[in-house]
Amino acid sequence: MAETKSVIGTQNKKGQTFTDPWKLMNEAPRTPSFFTGSEVIKEAIRRASCDVMIAYPITPQSEAAALIGELFAEGYIGDYFRGESEFAVMSQCAGASFGGARVFTTTAGPGTMRAMENFPMWAGSRLPIQMIVTCRGVNSPLSIQPDTLEISYLLNTGMLVWHAETAQDFFDWILKGYMVSEEPDVHLPLALCCDGFFVTHTKDVVQLTPPEMCLPPYDPYRSPVPCMDMECPPVRMMRDPFVMKSNYISYATHASWQQEIWAAVERSRKHSIHWLNGLIDTENTDADIVIVASGTAVSQGREAIRLLEDEGVRCGLVKVKTLRPWPEEEIREATKNAKHIFVPEFNVTGWLAKEIKATIPNHERVHAGPHVCGGMTMPPEIIVNEIKTALGMKKSFVMAGRGS
Amino acid sequence: MSKERIQISEDLYDIMPSDYQDLVKSATYGKEDRGWKDIGTSKELIEQHSLCAGCPESMAFRYILASLPNPEDTVMVGSTGCTSLVFPMVAVHNIHSLFGNQNAVASGLKRALSVRFPDRVKDVVVLAGDGATVDIGLDMTLQAWFRQEKFTTICFDNELYANTGGQESGLMQKGFVAKMAPVGKLFDKVRLPEIARESGCHYVVNCTVSKPSLVEKVIRNAVHVAREIGPTYLQLYTPCILEIGKNSMEGLQEMRDSEKPTERFAYKEFVSEPAKQLLAELAAKDKERKAAAKQLAGKA
Repeated sequence: MAETKSVIGTQNKKGQTFTDPWKLMNEAPRTPSFFTGSEVIKEAIRRASCDVMIAYPITPQSEAAALIGELFAEGYIGDYFRGESEFAVMSQCAGASFGGARVFTTTAGPGTMRAMENFPMWAGSRLPIQMIVTCRGVNSPLSIQPDTLEISYLLNTGMLVWHAETAQDFFDWILKGYMVSEEPDVHLPLALCCDGFFVTHTKDVVQLTPPEMCLPPYDPYRSPVPCMDMECPPVRMMRDPFVMKSNYISYATHASWQQEIWAAVERSRKHSIHWLNGLIDTENTDADIVIVASGTAVSQGREAIRLLEDEGVRCGLVKVKTLRPWPEEEIREATKNAKHIFVPEFNVTGWLAKEIKATIPNHERVHAGPHVCGGMTMPPEIIVNEIKTALGMKKSFVMAGRGS
Repeated sequence: MSKERIQISEDLYDIMPSDYQDLVKSATYGKEDRGWKDIGTSKELIEQHSLCAGCPESMAFRYILASLPNPEDTVMVGSTGCTSLVFPMVAVHNIHSLFGNQNAVASGLKRALSVRFPDRVKDVVVLAGDGATVDIGLDMTLQAWFRQEKFTTICFDNELYANTGGQESGLMQKGFVAKMAPVGKLFDKVRLPEIARESGCHYVVNCTVSKPSLVEKVIRNAVHVAREIGPTYLQLYTPCILEIGKNSMEGLQEMRDSEKPTERFAYKEFVSEPAKQLLAELAAKDKERKAAAKQLAGKA
């Protein structure tokens, strides 16, 4: 069994000091750095005490996955290799996590879809793997451009699903994500999503924690299910495997385990609130008009609000940080005064608007849009126009030369 | 794992299941010369099973579990199929996740165990059916070999999809009429042992499980070579008596008939040069150990 004494304050083989995670994230000095989102992923993983990272090339996550290879070459990660497909990679991640490792991987778009069979298995096996999803189109004809449709497929896998807006979110949430998903009463995988290119390939100023400080290592013996390393007794798991039994006991066992997975998602709520300072961020939610968004649609919404303010229209903002656990109470509270709720999204189906409609009373207040998809950008002006149209105001048609 | 880990607290002894008490009392974890001959005199690492009466797979399971050289530090990876009905009753840690991904899971597992236990031996053994190994999982089977992942892959070849009711598989013989092959299978049995050799496996054997001593030998060799050198592959004929129209008593004869020199399960072996050297060293050590034991017994 692992040592039970604390490792806090001791050093790893790279000379990094295992630091109390709360102090690392909230009290350690921060240095502003000008990095791409991909480089920020690397910097977060440098501090994450990861045992195994498994990579596969797919735009727009290839750069991050390759940069983590450099970390491995430098000795910051226990093992690293390129798998043969996303389906295989996610199974390799499962194997490493079953074996007690802290595991990290990245994927995108069609890769997420190809690997999909693994995700409910990860959750059902209680594997706290962290997967970065740099969202891109999953439609045909082939597209590599930003589009968040793939997130909707992840929502019912039993994974935790968070949606980062900025590179700063990414840096903080990668580290905080392990703290939430490795809690014994959670112990579930985390899909940490962002909008591909917009976050991965743009440079931003990100406040980094000191590189000489890192998270304490994962302790697999705090898992609610046995780690598959033959370090605890290998007992017979069940008399008859439930897969072949068509009887009530079998159904009840499967049903109760599925319920337990979703109960664990619920139990992650308190930890997520603790680490993320709430599941949503709000601004001016006493306004009649509120924009609710996740990912970079939040940034565009913020710009739209600024433009509307110039015209004397006051508008509030809700940034949804976690999609699973779903901030039902928070969104209901934040939108209780709103007469109009706008949900700008980077996908064709408007899955976030549907989730919100299912959450709040009087859901006719929800305007599902604007939507852009297939890689189109979302100029704040189209959000402004959507709002003005709904309110019966005159639209602004000056889109050209808007300089953004 | 040290054997102390499975000890039962005295206060709880009487409420523990009898099969667990038996494991503590008389399983062969840690016994250096464990093998198929322990069956019947010690607690086996398989507790019952829900396979069909007379299924050769159940024999194979028992021989393999009796022969693993290091069960106290072995983790097995299975796949969906008849084998997944047995694994929940096996007293070594084992993983079932999806259908066909067993060699990918084992790759991640072996690497995690190597990172976590750099100074200890942790063996990984994959055991899956032919559908999992050769059809749906072929990509991951081969890629693990290309990458020289250090674990053993065992394929229980019953030449069809048994658990789903007898459909055509890649390892089925050409011409065999089965579900999904209504006019007979149109292409040859996939030659995975040859492919394994070309894909980088260091020890490859194709045989039946009619002889427990042979199973013991190839399992020990395969695990030792995988531990020290690189990937190994065993393709074991475990006929599905149900789907080929045999009775429960006829499994053994079916295997004997199929291992004749001209038949498809005639013993076939490939050993790479480094593996040959390793096996020779192990054989020499084994001989030395036996001689020493004999001498000691003589003195006593």
